[in-house]
Amino acid sequence: MFAPEHPQIACSQLRKRFVNKGEMLTAYEDISFQVQPSEFVCILGPSGCGKTTLLRTIAGLEAPSAGEMLVRAVQADKIPEIGMVFQEQGLFPWMTVYNNLAFILENNPNFSRREIPGLVNEFLTRVGLEKFAGYYPHQLSGGMKQRVSIARGFVTRPEILLMDEPFVFLDFQTRLHLHALLLSLWQSYQKTVVFVTHDIEEAVLLADRVIVMTARPGKIKEIIDINLERPRDIFAIRHSQAFLDYIQSITELLKEEMQLTEIE
Amino acid sequence: MKFVNGDSKRLLIYSISPAVLFLIWEVCARSGLLDQRFFPAPSTIFHHLFFVSPEEGIVTDVIYSVYRIFVGYIIGCTLGVLLGVGMGLSHALRMTFYPLIIVTYPIPKIAILPLIMLIFGIGDLSKIVVVAIGSFFLVLMNTLHGVDSLAQIYHDVAAVYKITRRNFVFKIVIPGSLPSIFTGLKLAIGYSLVIVVAAEFSGADKGIGYLIWQSWETFSIKSMYAGIFVIGVLGFIFSYTLDFLERRMVPWKDKK
Repeated sequence: MFAPEHPQIACSQLRKRFVNKGEMLTAYEDISFQVQPSEFVCILGPSGCGKTTLLRTIAGLEAPSAGEMLVRAVQADKIPEIGMVFQEQGLFPWMTVYNNLAFILENNPNFSRREIPGLVNEFLTRVGLEKFAGYYPHQLSGGMKQRVSIARGFVTRPEILLMDEPFVFLDFQTRLHLHALLLSLWQSYQKTVVFVTHDIEEAVLLADRVIVMTARPGKIKEIIDINLERPRDIFAIRHSQAFLDYIQSITELLKEEMQLTEIE
Repeated sequence: MKFVNGDSKRLLIYSISPAVLFLIWEVCARSGLLDQRFFPAPSTIFHHLFFVSPEEGIVTDVIYSVYRIFVGYIIGCTLGVLLGVGMGLSHALRMTFYPLIIVTYPIPKIAILPLIMLIFGIGDLSKIVVVAIGSFFLVLMNTLHGVDSLAQIYHDVAAVYKITRRNFVFKIVIPGSLPSIFTGLKLAIGYSLVIVVAAEFSGADKGIGYLIWQSWETFSIKSMYAGIFVIGVLGFIFSYTLDFLERRMVPWKDKK
């Protein structure tokens, strides 16, 4: 394996402040980390720790107040190719499943009109929804909608995929199936994934590394390597001792942070 | 097929309460509880409407009113949607027009009818203009609200995937504002009916408003009721058509 010239994402001393009702608030500060090509990184933290804001900064949707954010060695606001999967409602309700994917490709100059139907079908098949191409999002279940969202995230074959708690509103069963689906797609397309969550199990199940954040203002508490086998059988690994040990140590880490947020 | 079924079922259910009302009215009028000079029985009114009013030219009156509403409504709504989307997307347009609009919006459109007749004459044009102005404001305000309240997430998706400006406007902003636009369209059609009848009361020689006014002056109560009934039916047809269009064009409304 060759050492990569640049990490996919490199941020140093990032800070985000904003003014709310005349009060200066810090969303996050002192954030420095790197993400390597094809790595799966989870950002884990209690609610309100600025993890979503941090992800939006990587996406170029918000500018940091201080520090430097480089995505594929360019400034975040000139970001090249990224995909993003949102919590929910990220699909356009007035477009069919097919058009939700095709629309993204049509707006990307790297794809010609001719290859769009093939790509859309390829990714809809990968998420098991090829028969639902003509449906509208409101005709699908929550899990199916997030399958479409994942397909849309992958369809442009972005180098980096950012995911903002995409499974937070799904039930446990559906979630496990989507975890497995996401890992298999990640394995086949070798993309860099940054996945934000407040769910410890989800983070350990998916990630190569978990960035644990503190409560407001968000800082990096610890970065933990998850040395579980790849490819992962998430149904089996959930019961392994190694998995449970990770859960326990991260729970310990987050305990005081969670108490802090509850007091607020 | 299922679609048509649901629609005819709805139509059937919609006709129950008016039918019951007419029945009670009929009984009251026939039994002498109501004075038939002022409240003729529905059967008398319908008889008049179908057999006498056509002789008196009610069809022409309806055609004139519908024509004035239709042209004015289309013009007003089109301009309302265009300016609403423009103001929603362009800060400069909003800063230019918003002060003018909040000042002129609350003026009752009937109040400016004399002025409009002064400018556009007493023919069709003045009625069309006042209907257009009334529709314009309602559709403009609702379209603007729709663009303003477009979910942040759609802006984010557009930014992340570098959606072109043109596609952002036509494939995201306008469809995303359709639920609000339809609210405006529905308010505007009812308002148009009110305005056109009021405008025809004074300074018209055709139209449903003219018919009702004329009937009042000649104490022709049955013709007056015929005119009122026709307005009710028109209102029903208009809102039913818009509901139908809304269900086709905004199938996701009120659904997750």
